Amino acid sequence: MQKLKKYAASRSGRDTLLSFGIVIVAFVVVQALVLTGSISSSMKGLLVPICAYIIMAVSLNLTVGILGELSLGHAGFMSVGAFSGIVVTTSLADTVPSGVVRLILAIIVGAICAAIAGVIVGVPVLRLKGDYLAIVTLAFGEIIKNIINVLYIGKDASGLHFSILEQKFQLADGGKMIINGPMGVSGVSKLSSFTWGFVLILITLFIILNLINSRSGRAIMAVRDNKIAADSIGISTTHYKLMAFVISAAFAGMAGALYAMNYSTITAAKFDFNTSILILVFVVLGGLGNIWGSIIAATLLTLLPELLRAVNSYRMLIYAILLIAMMLFNNSSLKARLLEKRGMKQMEKLEKNEKEGA
Amino acid sequence: MKKSLSMLLAGMMLVGTLAGCGGNTAGTDAGNTDEGSASGAAFKIGGTSPLTGDAAIYGNAVARGAQIAADEINAQGGIQIELKFEDDENNTEKAVNAYNNLKDWGMQLSLGSVTSKPCEAISTDIYADRIFALTPSASSVATTEGKDNVFQMCFADPNQGTASADYIADQQLGTKIAIIWKNDDVYSTGIHDKFVAEAQAKGLNIVSETTFTDASATDFSVQLNDAKDKGADLVFLPMYYTPASLILTQANAMGYAPKFFGVDGMDGILTVENFDTTLAEGVMLLTPFNADATDDKTVSFVTKYQEAYGEIPNQFAADAYDCIYAYAQALEAAGATPDMSNEELCDAMIAQFTSMTFNGLTGENMTWDTIGAVSKSPKGMVIENGAYVGM
Repeated sequence: MQKLKKYAASRSGRDTLLSFGIVIVAFVVVQALVLTGSISSSMKGLLVPICAYIIMAVSLNLTVGILGELSLGHAGFMSVGAFSGIVVTTSLADTVPSGVVRLILAIIVGAICAAIAGVIVGVPVLRLKGDYLAIVTLAFGEIIKNIINVLYIGKDASGLHFSILEQKFQLADGGKMIINGPMGVSGVSKLSSFTWGFVLILITLFIILNLINSRSGRAIMAVRDNKIAADSIGISTTHYKLMAFVISAAFAGMAGALYAMNYSTITAAKFDFNTSILILVFVVLGGLGNIWGSIIAATLLTLLPELLRAVNSYRMLIYAILLIAMMLFNNSSLKARLLEKRGMKQMEKLEKNEKEGA
Repeated sequence: MKKSLSMLLAGMMLVGTLAGCGGNTAGTDAGNTDEGSASGAAFKIGGTSPLTGDAAIYGNAVARGAQIAADEINAQGGIQIELKFEDDENNTEKAVNAYNNLKDWGMQLSLGSVTSKPCEAISTDIYADRIFALTPSASSVATTEGKDNVFQMCFADPNQGTASADYIADQQLGTKIAIIWKNDDVYSTGIHDKFVAEAQAKGLNIVSETTFTDASATDFSVQLNDAKDKGADLVFLPMYYTPASLILTQANAMGYAPKFFGVDGMDGILTVENFDTTLAEGVMLLTPFNADATDDKTVSFVTKYQEAYGEIPNQFAADAYDCIYAYAQALEAAGATPDMSNEELCDAMIAQFTSMTFNGLTGENMTWDTIGAVSKSPKGMVIENGAYVGM
């Protein structure tokens, strides 16, 4: 107990407990609501997308908050994960009857493919810094979108067929197009569930929080805070930058696979610049480097447009105003003062504890 | 420890809002339900439609056309209809949200979605939930494929491609044909594929096939130059009227004047803002609806629409209007009552729609097959002096 108390008092410990706490409590409460049937179908429909967006936000936070590099192409990795995941589930539909096994395979393959894309993008891109890096990631996000837009993958008795730009293969009878160029994928079997979303969030939090609090995590933050100083004490900046970037991409791929399996049809156009910005908004509003902040921001901002449906035409206007209000609050002196107050209280308490302990 | 506990509580509050809003939405929605009737004994018909965003022009037309029909039917007494549209922004994720929202509202019959991709996304849910759906304008084949309770009011894309090719071949409208199509659009691609297949069967000579996407729908000089260089005398445009109006303008600017042939998406080209309608002279199109027709039904609909919204209705509005009337006819014939569950209504509607014949604005003697596709014949029209004239 004493150990736990001490752990909770440390900054990293508090963040870890908080992140897991929020997610687990939310899961238990929502699950109870679902079982008792007191949740509306619109909320039920939002559960899986919210899980996917939370994973996206947490993983982007690793790049933007912890590594300190602005990435505007995160939706591109989500897209890679989504489409590779779909190819896996559709092509294994006959050989692996169990939906759960296929979903797990899809998520793993999605993560691996997105990680590979992360390496391909990361190696040239991470040589840049600041605004230049942001612009190049943006470009890569668009490139990924456009490549998937011209990709044709079909499956028949003789196996998988690939072509680019136009459909250059003929499928035998009973064959099925998996990715049909710009028309994307249709007829996906819905395998995702809230429980799987929850498990994925836990895995994400476990890995990312442990990474942040590890030796590598401190090295990554050192690179963020002062690259020259980090270099001078022998930290390989390229290595750690790439590490954070690729892990972040892999989780985005996982989220993409989860997201795609929740809809019966999906197109590459969904994962465009706007989606990347949306995720970035989650991260910035939740606080850079603040994991549990990302979780709450992703949940709230996904729910908000749906909650505002009642006010119809003013929906997007109110959404925008709320976004601005939150940004202002995040930057205001009011927040600074509140934080200061909290810090003072904490100090007092620590002192008191020490006195009592002594 | 206390601190983290209090934060946990805050997290729980967050979940509280999540759960609370379930109740909220139901509550507020009941408050602002609708325009038409307030009686509890009405059939609840809902649809998702792009009321904002790029495709809003189609979404609003559908919502308005359906509203006019619902008002007319409610005024007659008899069957009462409560209508509700939710915004889907022409986005599959939002469409599923909107559909779930309508389900919370208590939707018994659905109008599907206005656009193809969102409709495809929600049609699996529609199938699983056993809610009958009749979409006014989602024309892709995948929308209805494998779902016994999803029906279409517009003709499916492939039929239009075949019909267009037959029409061009039979009337000998062109010897060298160019096609410009939008390859990230199910509608355009579906028509293109069938057109090419039928054109080959009919011995038509296709000299140029060029594409564009959403991102490149502003400049068509490459496509038009290709058609011009290859000497095409007829350009087939299976697309909606917004890009088509740009193509006509740009072809005119480069001094290229072939015949242009469109499909039902071309309907509405005369209402595009800042578009010189003289450029559309001689454009041919296949459409199920003609706002200039002189029969009583069309005249009454067009006048009412113009009075209420100040513009000429396009075929989307007409299709939606027909949907509501088809529902009314089917509900009456089945002797359905508003207290029936959506499963019962679904079975009754499937039985009705596969057996009934319907006369509407967009066609006479329409029938539906078991797949959910409608059979009606497109009318060939040519634009002369700023109006449609039958060919």
